[in-house]
Amino acid sequence: MGKTVAQKIFAAHLVDTPADGVYVLSLDRVFCHEITTPIAINDLVSKGKDRVIDASKIKAVIDHVTPAKDSKTAEQGKTLREWAHRHNIKDFFDIGANGVCHAIFPEKGFVRPGFTVIMGDSHTCTHGAFGAFAAGVGTTDLEVGILKGVCTMRAPETIKINVTGKLREGVYAKDLILSIIKMLTVNGATDKVIEFAGPAVSALGMDGRMTLSNMSVEAGATCGICYPDMTTVEYLWEFIKDEFPSKEAALKEYSKWLPDADAQYAKVIDFDASKVEPVVTVNYKPDQVKTVREMEGTKVNQVYIGSCTNGRIEDLRVAAAILKGKKISPELRAIVSPATPKIFSQALDEGIIKIFMDAGFCVTNPTCGACLGMSNGILAKGESCASTSNRNFNGRMGKGGMVHLMSPATAAATAIAGHITNSPLFKG
Amino acid sequence: MKNFSGKILFLDRSDINTDEIIPAKYLTESTKEALIPYCLEDLSLPGFDPKKDIAGKSVIVTRANFGCGSSREHAPWVLEYNNINLVIAVNFARIFRQNMFNCGLMAVSLPEETIDEIFKTFAGTEAECTTDMEKFTFTITNGKTTKVYPFKVGDFDLELVKAGGWVDYADSKY
Repeated sequence: MGKTVAQKIFAAHLVDTPADGVYVLSLDRVFCHEITTPIAINDLVSKGKDRVIDASKIKAVIDHVTPAKDSKTAEQGKTLREWAHRHNIKDFFDIGANGVCHAIFPEKGFVRPGFTVIMGDSHTCTHGAFGAFAAGVGTTDLEVGILKGVCTMRAPETIKINVTGKLREGVYAKDLILSIIKMLTVNGATDKVIEFAGPAVSALGMDGRMTLSNMSVEAGATCGICYPDMTTVEYLWEFIKDEFPSKEAALKEYSKWLPDADAQYAKVIDFDASKVEPVVTVNYKPDQVKTVREMEGTKVNQVYIGSCTNGRIEDLRVAAAILKGKKISPELRAIVSPATPKIFSQALDEGIIKIFMDAGFCVTNPTCGACLGMSNGILAKGESCASTSNRNFNGRMGKGGMVHLMSPATAAATAIAGHITNSPLFKG
Repeated sequence: MKNFSGKILFLDRSDINTDEIIPAKYLTESTKEALIPYCLEDLSLPGFDPKKDIAGKSVIVTRANFGCGSSREHAPWVLEYNNINLVIAVNFARIFRQNMFNCGLMAVSLPEETIDEIFKTFAGTEAECTTDMEKFTFTITNGKTTKVYPFKVGDFDLELVKAGGWVDYADSKY
């Protein structure tokens, strides 16, 4: 019987099957940030097990609240920093070099097709964009990953979504994934892996694929996988060029992680990309999605462009194209957080930062802060935010606040108009 | 093994997420004890008052997809440190469910019809659940009505519950 991507990766990493349908997998990467890791570190220390299985597999970053906003967050950063130094974890990204975990780790070339990755962060599914099995876990799983380099997972049933057709001009990966989540519902892919297949996915760059994979957890999925192809190889080439004689050779090697033609799926769904139009969320669940046309005119108090979903260079370029020469509405404030120092630097070189500043945006350092209401853009009670992030839960960006999720293009157009509206790049 | 019996807190809503169970602004706390006052603080449920309704309860009965959203293990911790070691629901988000068992707590699924019946029979009353870990039954009573519901826990999940969590299990084995 043929195998899905996840089944192939599971088979190649299997350490034990302690019970029927339970797999203990060896891990290629354990990613860490300062919110969920310090309690694991403290627990290991208190148990007399302050060890790491392999420092080269562990990558760590301070990203959720950075620079620290108070003594408690300073303490969390300190715990992670001292632990990284103590165990000689070379890939530790501190203030000045740090960025949003799911943007900086791929950018550094840490994820490869066929890898197993965990992190104490639900959006770890982002790394599935590289054809890896990447799953968010809690602190206990993370602790065991650090200590022993393994993690348990249930049998990876897979939903394959064939995204046919082509996204229309002015419609983006964010509109596509929100439309897919609307179809699946917030519980529709629970305990399942999603494979994103089809021409509309192949046509996306790595930034767009990461947007897609990033939000698969909002439908409950364990991981959202895109197939490795030449786009993947091109993105990774600077990191892998010594391993392969040519890009074609790399692609051939990575192709072994493609699903078999006779792989068994829990479900195969065809989804027509050409029917997707710009969308936003309403209320407090990411499957509550309406078209921008239906929501036209809805006032917001803040616009936020950033996060592990849409804070990458392609996102900033699209927003800047719309904002160029324009001013944001005096009725709202707007914040942009380039997701990594490299993206920030690129955006400076390309004149994008100047466009944002001239339009009236506040440009922050790379951080997750505003997305989960921890820092750098918290809402007051009764306020709403047009946001390129991934969650619109009640109170997510601040107690009593409301979040409308959308693409960077829609967010930029909304910033200018002062209310939710379609970008001029979408011609209908 | 922890205690899995006690008074029931009914949360009559699906898709209760971990941001509602413990808002992100409290993730800067470095001890589990410090989370105690903030349990279910942002839960959006008419009539629910976290300051009054949690005290004395040891079991949550709720609808579908409990614990969706963030991976924060602070969600099981804040329940545990408020003496709630058992959540019964139609189903759970994967990470939350795994976190519960990893901590030696239980997240048990019952069929939707059974959950419906429990709500109809017991919600709004002072109901108590007694969990039998040998027969795998929940006995729910409110003094007037008593019903017994069988449940299943996976073999491996049960090992974690008995071992008190995944860290010691994994360290001895791998």
